[in-house]
Amino acid sequence: MTDTTPQETYGALQDKEPQKPPQSQWREVWLQFRKHKGAVFGGGFLLFITLAVIFGPYIWTIDAQKLDIRAKDMRPIYVALWDGDAKTSWGHPFGTDQLGRDILANMLEGGRVSMAVGWLAMILTMFIGTFVGVVAGYFKRLDGVLMRFTDLVLSLPILPITLVAVTLFRQPLVASFGPEGGMFILIVGIIGVTSWMQTARIVRGEVLALKEREFVLAARSIGTNSAAMITRHLLPNVVSPIMVSATLGLAAAIITESALSFLGVGFPSDFPTWGKLLADAVSRMEAFPERVMLPGIAISLTVLSVNYLGDGLRDALDPRIRGR
Amino acid sequence: MKLKTLLLGAIATSALAPAAFAERGADGNVSIIYWQAPSILNPFLSGGTKDVESASMILEPLARYNETGALVPWLVEEVPTVGNGGVSEDLTQITWKISPGIKWSDGTDFTSADVKFTYEYCTHPEGGCAQLTKFEGVSSVETPDALTVVVNFEKATPNPYGPFVGGESPILQAAQFADCMGAKAPECTDANFGPIGTGAFVVTEFRPNDVITMKANENYRDPAKPAFATVTFKGGGSAEDSGRAVMETGEFDYGWNLQLAPDVIAKMAEGGKGTPVAGFGPLVERIMLNQTDPNPSLPEGERATATHPHPFLQEPAVYKAMSMAIDRPLLVEVGYGDAGNVTCNWVPAPAIFNSEAFDCSTQDIPGANAMLDEAGFVDTDGDGVREVNGVPMKILYQTSTNAVRQDFQALVKDWWSQIGIETELRNINASVFFGGDPGSPDTFQKFYADVQMYANTFNGTDPQSYLGNGLCDKAPRPDSQWQGENISRFCMPEFDALHAQLTETADIDARAKIGKELNDMLVSNGGMIPLVQRGRVSAHANTLGGVVLNVWDSELWNVADWHRVK
Amino acid sequence: MLTYTIRRLVLAVPTLLFISLAIFLLLELAPGDPMANQPLTIPEEVRQKMREALGLGQPWYIRYVKWLIQFFWIEPQVMVDHWFGTAFAEGKQRVLSWQTRSPVMDIVYQRIPQTLWVVGVAYVVAILIALPIGIYSAYRQYSAFDNAGTFISMIGFSIPPFFTGPLLIVIFAVQLEWLPSVYNTVHEVVDWPSFKIQLAQMALPVMVLALQITAQLNRFMRASTLDNLNQDYVRTARAKGLKERTVVLSHVVRNSMIPVVTVIALNVPNIFGGAIITEVIFKVNGIGQLLITWLFANDIPGVLTLTFIFAILIVIFNIIADVLYGLLDPRIRYD
Repeated sequence: MTDTTPQETYGALQDKEPQKPPQSQWREVWLQFRKHKGAVFGGGFLLFITLAVIFGPYIWTIDAQKLDIRAKDMRPIYVALWDGDAKTSWGHPFGTDQLGRDILANMLEGGRVSMAVGWLAMILTMFIGTFVGVVAGYFKRLDGVLMRFTDLVLSLPILPITLVAVTLFRQPLVASFGPEGGMFILIVGIIGVTSWMQTARIVRGEVLALKEREFVLAARSIGTNSAAMITRHLLPNVVSPIMVSATLGLAAAIITESALSFLGVGFPSDFPTWGKLLADAVSRMEAFPERVMLPGIAISLTVLSVNYLGDGLRDALDPRIRGR
Repeated sequence: MKLKTLLLGAIATSALAPAAFAERGADGNVSIIYWQAPSILNPFLSGGTKDVESASMILEPLARYNETGALVPWLVEEVPTVGNGGVSEDLTQITWKISPGIKWSDGTDFTSADVKFTYEYCTHPEGGCAQLTKFEGVSSVETPDALTVVVNFEKATPNPYGPFVGGESPILQAAQFADCMGAKAPECTDANFGPIGTGAFVVTEFRPNDVITMKANENYRDPAKPAFATVTFKGGGSAEDSGRAVMETGEFDYGWNLQLAPDVIAKMAEGGKGTPVAGFGPLVERIMLNQTDPNPSLPEGERATATHPHPFLQEPAVYKAMSMAIDRPLLVEVGYGDAGNVTCNWVPAPAIFNSEAFDCSTQDIPGANAMLDEAGFVDTDGDGVREVNGVPMKILYQTSTNAVRQDFQALVKDWWSQIGIETELRNINASVFFGGDPGSPDTFQKFYADVQMYANTFNGTDPQSYLGNGLCDKAPRPDSQWQGENISRFCMPEFDALHAQLTETADIDARAKIGKELNDMLVSNGGMIPLVQRGRVSAHANTLGGVVLNVWDSELWNVADWHRVK
Repeated sequence: MLTYTIRRLVLAVPTLLFISLAIFLLLELAPGDPMANQPLTIPEEVRQKMREALGLGQPWYIRYVKWLIQFFWIEPQVMVDHWFGTAFAEGKQRVLSWQTRSPVMDIVYQRIPQTLWVVGVAYVVAILIALPIGIYSAYRQYSAFDNAGTFISMIGFSIPPFFTGPLLIVIFAVQLEWLPSVYNTVHEVVDWPSFKIQLAQMALPVMVLALQITAQLNRFMRASTLDNLNQDYVRTARAKGLKERTVVLSHVVRNSMIPVVTVIALNVPNIFGGAIITEVIFKVNGIGQLLITWLFANDIPGVLTLTFIFAILIVIFNIIADVLYGLLDPRIRYD
């Protein structure tokens, strides 16, 4: 009978119980996301601006198209701080334009369209770009065809494309979705179809490099099929360049929309968007700086917050960073 | 022709400026900026204003219009008339006497052969000459001697000043263009980019769509002119940029056609380096009313044709009420300021053709509402939109893309909504809207909208062919490939008959009387709603003297007299 | 690698032919009329005659084949003539612009210098600024420097040039009167003072363009560096005791450059394509301004030739980017 005292084991090897209760993956993501101040701020601002443009017009009920020629060229209310003689009024806190339309109402109304165009066109762009990029990078046989197709689209000038699309599709779209809805679909479509090429090429480049990595080889050796390979192994690894493209894509979509309106192939003139408010105000930049600054700031802040949000999401979704 | 204080001030200063420029080329360089860049210096191959006006510094006509619209002799002794025997009694022949001693810039003599050659060059069937209408009705051009040109017309021509008159019809040098006739015209790049002329300047380098550099013509007929030794003629950018470059930064001496809102121009003029000048011609911004039904549910080929009249725009109460609801003085204030006048007429200038039959300078919305109520066009279903025989008064209002036009659209939409008319706005890229592509649904000729707004004018001072734009057979329709100048498809046999009478009348007062009647007939029967008589605004540096803005001819017509104010 | 490159180059020929046909058909289909810019006072019969003089009466396939012959057979002969003084192209029909009635290629040659001066310099400036900022931003992620960099580049990217251009003109040309607002394309650099004038007139357009390009490149550089900083090989390098400087500059940066170099190479054709809005605002009148002028004038031969040259550059630089990719990253194998 020998008494054997239990062998002292290393503390590190003891594993009596989990130190914290198990959490779902998404809770982990949320916890990580919360640590990123910029992302939280960006998300908050984006939520604010989205709510503002959705519900704002119900609170600030002046019609954006209401003309009041006697109250034209009003300055925003803050100008009164240093210039007591300026034409200001609490009835128009952001002032009015050269026809007496309320600028705050136009900003809210314009924000709706710009945000909707920006998001939808960006999602469309990312979807086409990622799809083409991944397929071209992964399936060698399709690479040549898809990349030559990308070259083709890249070399087509956007203005004739837009004119052709307006000529061919405006009438049927307007007939089925009304003048505003029809133009909206057309413009989102045009921007989406003409701006995915950069994303596609970058994604393809990344996929080409990833394909040679060991984990892909490992996955292939256990018989992973192509669909699973792409969705489980490749896509999560190309999220970061896609995020960057998406942020830039949102800004580009908002600006492309304004350039289209500027060239006369965009929305009707009584349909404000941020880009169009900005473009229309450039000629009066010296006398009324706020008319360019307000939409300019709105576009910049939106893009900036999408960018931070993207940064935070990328970090939160990357298991290598999460928990460090 | 009405000049506002702005212009009077400018003329006064230029008239008082010292005319002490005795020596050619003494004032150095003058720089001109056109926001549309010239593409070619042969006005027979392109009728664009930018091309015609840039070429007018080099090429000259026999006679041209001055700033009051009067004809002045240019390369000839005097303007031929019936009175001085230059025009035959039966109005079929005009004889020009060229001033002796005029030389081309290469030193050779300017002769009647060059004039005759110009006629042959433009009327060559394969040449695609842009100024062909200038030679309409000409049966032959004869040259009895080196300084006499006789133009024969096929029939009596009350206005024989078409050929060789004005900036659109200058004289080319026969020696330079002899091998460029017809189909070979575009191959003569050197000649088209550097024509030899009789004007004050000679091209040294032409970069298409960019810049022209010129120097004083050594062989110019007045030894003391031009005052400037060289010219930089820059093209490109926007009206806003050129206004800024002349009035705010002072980089340029002359900026052409500043189509900007009046408050923007006023702000630029505060820069203190330049002055805007304005002049008025017959250019009218108008709303055309479609006499035919543009409903998209009609089959292609019948849509917007005379087969289907418009459901309500031909009702007098409707188009009269639409016109009454418009506050024209406000439109002028918002869009053109000093460069616009309220007009109720299709032909507001020259003055003798300006009808005084209508007054439209006050807005009358209650009156318009009353007129519609009285006609029985009331809102029957309570949606705020009136119905005419069951058709709601909803209209599509299209125009080209242009900041001022979009402001006008917004204002007019607002006023029409106050008389129970719902308006949908649409703006179309100008190169599509004004392009005559029969395949496009968006051209102004196809007019697939209820009303549309644009501006039109005529060259010279005789509106006969312009008034012809109201004739029934000029309506665009499928069998004319959608071409034609009668955009509103206005059709009235009385109008056609009266216009035929105009073509046979020679006496100027009688012509003016018929012209006014034609104008009144079209406007009062709902062919169009005239809005604003638009002026031309350009700007010149305060140091540039001698500028006289001319809307009847090239703006650069008197560039030989320009000089530096010391 | 060599066989891959050759195969790509050979494949490029049918691709380009197809692209030229696609561009041609697109332009044919687009509404528009070369006579749209002529004043309304010119009646329709005259317009029709002018169109016929441009050759518009012929069916589209004949015009396309004519253009192909002119572009691929006659234009190279003109180039040879120009260099060696021969006379192969004597009397042959070149590609003529409808708007200017002159050979398209002559105008293109005239435009290249100012485009290269302005857009090319803007790219170089942007690359020199963007890469170091991107790398440092990633290295010090979420520092004040990074946040400021992100903020400025987002503003640079989201403010369109039709706003920054006039803004800079108002500040530097109108208020301060330091710099000209109009670019003089006939200015010749011969000595130091004229070079200074050239620098002054380039300054504003280069600023506008560089701001935009920097914003974009800086984003890609930062993202790519961030990805590499978290890789295992970086930890290994640090564990080996390498100096931080060596780790970042020779390991991280080299690997992060791979996607960025591709982005830069793919952007080179844009230098030639010019910058439409900026060129128009400052009246640089380079290739970009030429393209937009011709687009608005519906000058099909002009637009077709310009976009096709652009397509050739895109295809070539695409091949260069792919080859570079393979050279920089030995893991990628094309064969």
